[in-house]
Amino acid sequence: MTDYNFAYLDEQTKRMIRRAILKGLAIPGYQVPFASREMPMPYGWGTGGVQVSAATLTPEDVFKVIDQGADDTTNAVSIRKFFQATAGVDTTEETDKATVIQTRHRIPEAALNEDQILVYQVPIPEPLRFLEPRETETRKMHSLEEYGLMHVKLYEDIARHGAIATAYAYPVKVEGRYVMDPSPIPKFDNPKMTMPAIQLFGAGREQRIYALPPYTEVVSLDFEDYPFEASKADHSCELCGADDSYLDEVIVDDQGGRIFVCSDTAYCTARQAAQQDTPTPQAQEAAV
Amino acid sequence: MLATATSTSAMQGGFKDVPTEAARQFRAIMNAIARPGRIEAVDGATPPAPMSVAAGVMVLTLCDPDTGLYLAGDHDTADIRAWVQFHTGAPIVSAEKADFAIGHWDALAPLNAFSIGTPEYPDRSTTLIVEMDALSTQGAALTGPGIKDTARLSLPDTEAFQRNALLFPLGLDFFFCAGTRLASLPRTTKVTERGAS
Amino acid sequence: MYVAVKGGERAIDNAHAWLGEERRGDHDVSELSVAQIREQLSLAVNRVMAEGSLYDPDLAALAIKQARGDMIEAIFLIRAYRTTLPRFAGSEPIATEKMACDRRISATFKDVPGGQILGPTFDYTHRLLDFKLAAEGGLSDAPEGDAQQGDVPHVLSFLDGEGLIQQEKQGANTPPDLTREPMELPANRPLRLQSLARGDEGFLLSLAYSTQRGYARNHAFVGELRIGDVPVEVEIPELGFAIEIGDITVTECETVNQFTGSKTESAQFTRGYGLVFGMSERKSISMALVDRALRWEELGEDNLGAAAQDEEFVLSHCDNIQATGFLEHIKLPHYVDFQSELELVRKLRRDTMAGADSTPAQEAAE
Repeated sequence: MTDYNFAYLDEQTKRMIRRAILKGLAIPGYQVPFASREMPMPYGWGTGGVQVSAATLTPEDVFKVIDQGADDTTNAVSIRKFFQATAGVDTTEETDKATVIQTRHRIPEAALNEDQILVYQVPIPEPLRFLEPRETETRKMHSLEEYGLMHVKLYEDIARHGAIATAYAYPVKVEGRYVMDPSPIPKFDNPKMTMPAIQLFGAGREQRIYALPPYTEVVSLDFEDYPFEASKADHSCELCGADDSYLDEVIVDDQGGRIFVCSDTAYCTARQAAQQDTPTPQAQEAAV
Repeated sequence: MLATATSTSAMQGGFKDVPTEAARQFRAIMNAIARPGRIEAVDGATPPAPMSVAAGVMVLTLCDPDTGLYLAGDHDTADIRAWVQFHTGAPIVSAEKADFAIGHWDALAPLNAFSIGTPEYPDRSTTLIVEMDALSTQGAALTGPGIKDTARLSLPDTEAFQRNALLFPLGLDFFFCAGTRLASLPRTTKVTERGAS
Repeated sequence: MYVAVKGGERAIDNAHAWLGEERRGDHDVSELSVAQIREQLSLAVNRVMAEGSLYDPDLAALAIKQARGDMIEAIFLIRAYRTTLPRFAGSEPIATEKMACDRRISATFKDVPGGQILGPTFDYTHRLLDFKLAAEGGLSDAPEGDAQQGDVPHVLSFLDGEGLIQQEKQGANTPPDLTREPMELPANRPLRLQSLARGDEGFLLSLAYSTQRGYARNHAFVGELRIGDVPVEVEIPELGFAIEIGDITVTECETVNQFTGSKTESAQFTRGYGLVFGMSERKSISMALVDRALRWEELGEDNLGAAAQDEEFVLSHCDNIQATGFLEHIKLPHYVDFQSELELVRKLRRDTMAGADSTPAQEAAE
């Protein structure tokens, strides 16, 4: 891959993306249009995140990629290999060793620090899109801070289901101004979004970049009598015993048998390794 | 590092290895705007005087034929124009059309000449690169996104930034450059007052 | 003991190896060369060049080979390659009246200056499978005629001369570049045409067909369809004039559409326009019909709510690389978001059951 530029993209493209990132950080939650390029992987498979990472990575960075919280899912592997080949960066699966983390659908369990950057892959950046399909309309709504439609939708949920029926990509309000799509992370992750790390969001097909500087105020939309609730399966991890992590449900037989395991594989692996030093029988016993 | 500090030749004073240098310098610039008030060190550019190394780094990292650059006051020299043209191809434009503007604080006035974006596209606003004699983390108190509690930065003015913050989500974004150091003040930052740190 | 599935990397490598084997097929059958694809599957090559937005028959042929004949995959390969190419210059607008026409037909006039040329068309072939081709039919030679002399005027220019067709405004501005700037809506016509020129042939065909069936009908006649080679010129700033850098084959279609003027404007025909790389006849006609339908506002027509009139709908969905990427991404794991919904649905069901046991269903539930 040596024929390609550092981190694949040409310099003019990177400059264009970098300018969009700076404006995104200056206007937290606002979706900056950018001239997304055709990447050597399909739209919808992380091209936005990949372009943002390509414009952000330095040769000294240590890069981590997760998909569904896991480092070893096929698309995470594929993106990690892409940057190993084109940027020659070191990679890691350990969250605290990474300086740039590209993610799809999760925020790592371990708290991120000031020296880290979290890059989200975003399929549909517009939080109002499923209420109003037209970009021309949603752009107006953002400019007028006209978010009534979103509240109506959430209220209708409550009327129909007795609860807000949004479990992932749960909309947030940033610094009291822009309603933003947090990407399809489970709402369990929403409270983590006010964090010390820089968060960058890339939507390639939809040609949008947005950003959250560290410590930006991010509030999940809710109602006083129906407050936002970050939820997860009411179990603990079968492998490491964690009861504070987001869990994947795994079907283990055709008799309805199921177990729950951490979706964040790095978190789970580290906990298991720590337990091997001081074994706790609980996790082992519960396993089928 | 190899270029001499006195070099004013248009062809000198650029990044040695553009892709990796630009990446490192961009990281510093991004960290600055993401953490208003924090001072970052940059290097690799040697623009003609009176442009600072830091301002030169910003030009090399962010400007190209797609971005209009406004040179204010003593920055509008033939040498600087030639340097910008050679290294970036950025067109030199008037204040109203500028994506980026560089100059000393007084030379950049009046600020209302610059674009603050539109309600539908607040990103279409000018980024001002303000040349300073010095930068320090003493001065006005800053709060807002990117700042954990309070930050402090030596600013050339207070009221101008307060007025700018009121325009949010429209407004200007600022970088302050002194020698090889830079800091930033985006439109989201609330500047309260000067005071000892 | 449950062990999480690992080994994504090896699985990917193995999948790629298998793909390579399938691409080659039976080793007893000789391998296709890129030149064979370029010469003998030239309409496929044309489509890949058109929708890939890159005029290079050899690369398009290679892409078709690599993609095992999957056209959208081949287009994707070309797009991803194109994006890495440096841009040296922008060409002068091509002058299609200078085209060396292989085909030129008008449905609006029986004869036109310059003549009608049927060219290498399928139009009047009887669609009977030619089993001779299965037996490797060999060379077939066509009789040769005299080469055209000089320019071939556009058929619609004759209507133009009489003021019978609406004038197209000459734009002095450099058109926006869809591949370098984010799409901004509402778009202008140059941006729309650019988007349609690289849009999916099948999507545009169906939209164009829908206008013919009455969803924003605009009475299209093919005023002229021409296919042939045109020179491409680039101005060299150092020289101060333009030089020819090569020829490309394009298909151009201009439709004549009726337009009932108004009290202030006398009746005039209007037009739709299609221009596509290569011999891409179906695509260029479709493009012209969709272009015309999208012009409703400019031409003072009613918005009938038809899909083909809806600029945002058409432009947001005509790109098959965007469409296929997003469509196929639902194959990727979504267990985190699915899990969150699973829990939510279970919780809602628990709440409903509990509610049904104690109190009657909430009125709000209606």
